[in-house]
Amino acid sequence: MSEEVIRLENVWVKFGDHIVLEDINLSVRNRDFLGIIGPNGGGKTTLLKVILGLIKPTEGNVTVLGNPPEKSRRFLGYVPQISQFDREFPATVLDVVLMGRLGAKGILRKYSSEDIRVAEEVLESVNMLEFKDEHVGRLSGGQIQRVLLARALVTDPKILLLDEPTASIDEPTKIDIYELLKELNRKVTIVLVSHDIGVISSYVEKIACLNRRLYYHGSKEVEGEVIEETYQCPIYLIAHGFPHRVLRRHDKKDSREK
Amino acid sequence: MGLWEILQYEFMRNALAAGIMASVACGVVGALVVTRRISMISGGISHAAFGGIGLGFYLKFNPILGALIFAIISALSMGIIKEKTGISEDSAIGILWVTGMSLGIVLISLTPGYTPNLFSYLFGSILTVPRSDLIAMLILDIAILLVTYMFYERFLAVSFDEDYAEASGIPVQYTYLTLLLLVALTVVILIRIVGVILIIAMLTIPATIAWQFSYKLKQIMIISFILSVIFTVEGLWLSYMLNLPSGATIVLVSVATLILSSALKRTLRK
Repeated sequence: MSEEVIRLENVWVKFGDHIVLEDINLSVRNRDFLGIIGPNGGGKTTLLKVILGLIKPTEGNVTVLGNPPEKSRRFLGYVPQISQFDREFPATVLDVVLMGRLGAKGILRKYSSEDIRVAEEVLESVNMLEFKDEHVGRLSGGQIQRVLLARALVTDPKILLLDEPTASIDEPTKIDIYELLKELNRKVTIVLVSHDIGVISSYVEKIACLNRRLYYHGSKEVEGEVIEETYQCPIYLIAHGFPHRVLRRHDKKDSREK
Repeated sequence: MGLWEILQYEFMRNALAAGIMASVACGVVGALVVTRRISMISGGISHAAFGGIGLGFYLKFNPILGALIFAIISALSMGIIKEKTGISEDSAIGILWVTGMSLGIVLISLTPGYTPNLFSYLFGSILTVPRSDLIAMLILDIAILLVTYMFYERFLAVSFDEDYAEASGIPVQYTYLTLLLLVALTVVILIRIVGVILIIAMLTIPATIAWQFSYKLKQIMIISFILSVIFTVEGLWLSYMLNLPSGATIVLVSVATLILSSALKRTLRK
């Protein structure tokens, strides 16, 4: 079994009296591809922010690559939800991707030609190089998602954390993005959260359900009642009429051996 | 009367120099303020600075120095209130705004004798800028340009996506405080031109117009600098010709241009 890269032990997050995460235990291993699904407001974004060290748990322990999250930030690539952006904000695609290189630089240091070379190379790898001087807010959802992915990749992260990477984009584009992630998963550990359990199931290797509490089953086959408990609504509303084993593998080829 | 004739007067040349230097600060910091959407914080800082002007009158030192001190203190507390207290940023701005104004008014009323140029601090008086103030403005401009050059990429990253910036290891809080300090310096430069009450107009209008036509922050800075120079000269000339208060005239010229450019932008989009 490969080494553990993320560990959460009895993690609680409360905002005032409101419990957002309740007693979360999670272990992610090197080169896992973990999908965390759950309804909106179930604490998915909060969980990612806890792993990033942006939110301190009220109780419990978080370890990322053997250290507290703040110490491991330079090994993490974060792809936040695109809905949070100000689409008018004046930045080009290249500006945004370069932002990924900024944290590792000493204070007051400027971008080097090396930074620009790496940024362009990564943009090329996500097929967005031709847009490098475009206004990022004018791109389509799928294109912005690629740009944000590129920004996360310019630091050559060991772990990628993605928040709703396929929200508000069409089915073919979703598949493109998942194909890209699958490719990346050869080298990096991926944790993604989504409320959309459609396409996710055929790509991720492990699935957990989160609605304040985390129901982690390790394998992809999640029993209907777990999802029901997570979403607190009848399963057929979510899974289009597959009452059991909604997340069953689509075919045998998916189970790539590590 | 033409512009060149007006410029034969030394006070007019000084006014023009002051206008250009104010425009440098306006263009650069205005672009940062508007795209970061913190115009109201700038309003809070400029009104808080009035407390410092009052203190200057009361203790008999240069009111501009008082404004500088108050602007810096209020900028820092603006940035910290958000983190440390339960008060919402919105309310904090309002509280700072009225505290500064009230303090200024009380201190000035306590000052014995007549305070002749109180009005010039409230509404600006570009026509009476002394040489010493021009030099101070130049120094502040250089400081603003230098800091903006050094922090440009960080300002961009933090304004675009604060969470990501923090997750990637950028000191978000310090970067934000640095930006607010730049706003404080700009406020002090602009007090002479348009006064504490109208500063928010000079900081936001040129940058808003520039933003309608560009998606590159550097371009927005340069365009708003140029617009700001044009508005200042135009306003100055109009106020001279029609015998109107200069600061308010400059602001009205800017607003009129904003209305025209918004209409133009709508037409272009169709």
